[in-house]
Amino acid sequence: MAEFEPKIIAFVCNWCTYAGADLTGTSRIKYATNVRMIRLPCTGRIDFMLLLKAFAQGADGVIVSGCHPGDCHYTAGNYHARRRWILFRSLLDFVGFDTRRVHFAWVSAAEGAKWAQVVNSVVNEVRELGPFEDYQKLARVGVE
Amino acid sequence: MDALRKKARELLESGDSEVIIGYGEGSGNRARAIFVQKPEETERLILDDRCEQNLAVYLLKREVKSLGKPAIVARLPVLRTILQLAAENQLSDGDVAVIGISPDGELVDLPDFKAIEEYVDSLPLELSPEEQEQLEKIKNMSIEDRWRFWTDEFSRCLKCYACRASCPFCYCSTCVVERNIPQWIPVAPHGQGNLEWHVVRAMHLAGRCVNCGDCARACPVDIPLNLLTQKLDEEVFSNFGLKAGTTSELNYALSTFKPDDQENFIR
Repeated sequence: MAEFEPKIIAFVCNWCTYAGADLTGTSRIKYATNVRMIRLPCTGRIDFMLLLKAFAQGADGVIVSGCHPGDCHYTAGNYHARRRWILFRSLLDFVGFDTRRVHFAWVSAAEGAKWAQVVNSVVNEVRELGPFEDYQKLARVGVE
Repeated sequence: MDALRKKARELLESGDSEVIIGYGEGSGNRARAIFVQKPEETERLILDDRCEQNLAVYLLKREVKSLGKPAIVARLPVLRTILQLAAENQLSDGDVAVIGISPDGELVDLPDFKAIEEYVDSLPLELSPEEQEQLEKIKNMSIEDRWRFWTDEFSRCLKCYACRASCPFCYCSTCVVERNIPQWIPVAPHGQGNLEWHVVRAMHLAGRCVNCGDCARACPVDIPLNLLTQKLDEEVFSNFGLKAGTTSELNYALSTFKPDDQENFIR
């Protein structure tokens, strides 16, 4: 059987990380192809429900990435997002959800190389963890 | 109890209040919420250990608002709820007459939000030792055990949303569970949708919950829901130094930020 290849969904902000990922491409840097990117206006726009939806749709891992603190196109969206992530991570951990599958990063428009490195390391870590069967199985609980 | 009835009668007779939201005898030896509109009916009011419900949930209900200016029997959780609702612009000073009740059952005179703030400030707001013990028990489990514990608890959930109905802070006219383009929370009560619902409920109450415990009491299948909000309350306090229901000014942890908030988990 072929080695397990994780599905990673990346929620990225339009202004920094999406442009950064563009730079990764134009710089001809190769990185893992497991990632599906979803572009949103700002990390402040990224509702935690989107992350849960990604897992419900079969993601094995999720990356959320946006502008560094102080660089937000909308001044403070990433600061607000950061507070939400702090609480969301602790809540996930409290319900026993493996937070090693949820990753957060700051990647600016100039950090093409950093984006490749973030994706590669997340893909490797999630590959180690294996498919997120715990979460997929939950959809059958109470149905069968 | 007599002092409470006397005070309620005075409020109704003077016309300062048109309805008293308080506790009365319910079925099965339980206390229930009653809405007293006539001075002679104030004899129905009771006050004892069974009176646990957070009556502030009724303050924003249209059916109760239509009864006229309310007065409310308020122990600590109700007082904190009133302050938090004020902070969220749902109540203004003077909207409700507060019949404050101290932890040992004495009447407290609380004419305005300022007085409530000062009174709440003088009381301990920490979790009770039993609550703390239960929370610590789960925190000390391994992550696999926590997953098993919660998926087992959530597997009983029938999505009746009694937790939402009992919560004074779940006042959105269209809740996220009613939004179906996309269907944020699956309608069927399967394990995954149940987990999503309880996570979203807790997250939407983060930094707002005053730990009255009504969600857990309302739950027909005894899911200890209040543990989720207690955990978040603890995180909000340790990370941001804020506590819900202590001031009538806006102090919502998630509507503000500090440049040096913790970020050791961000790459």
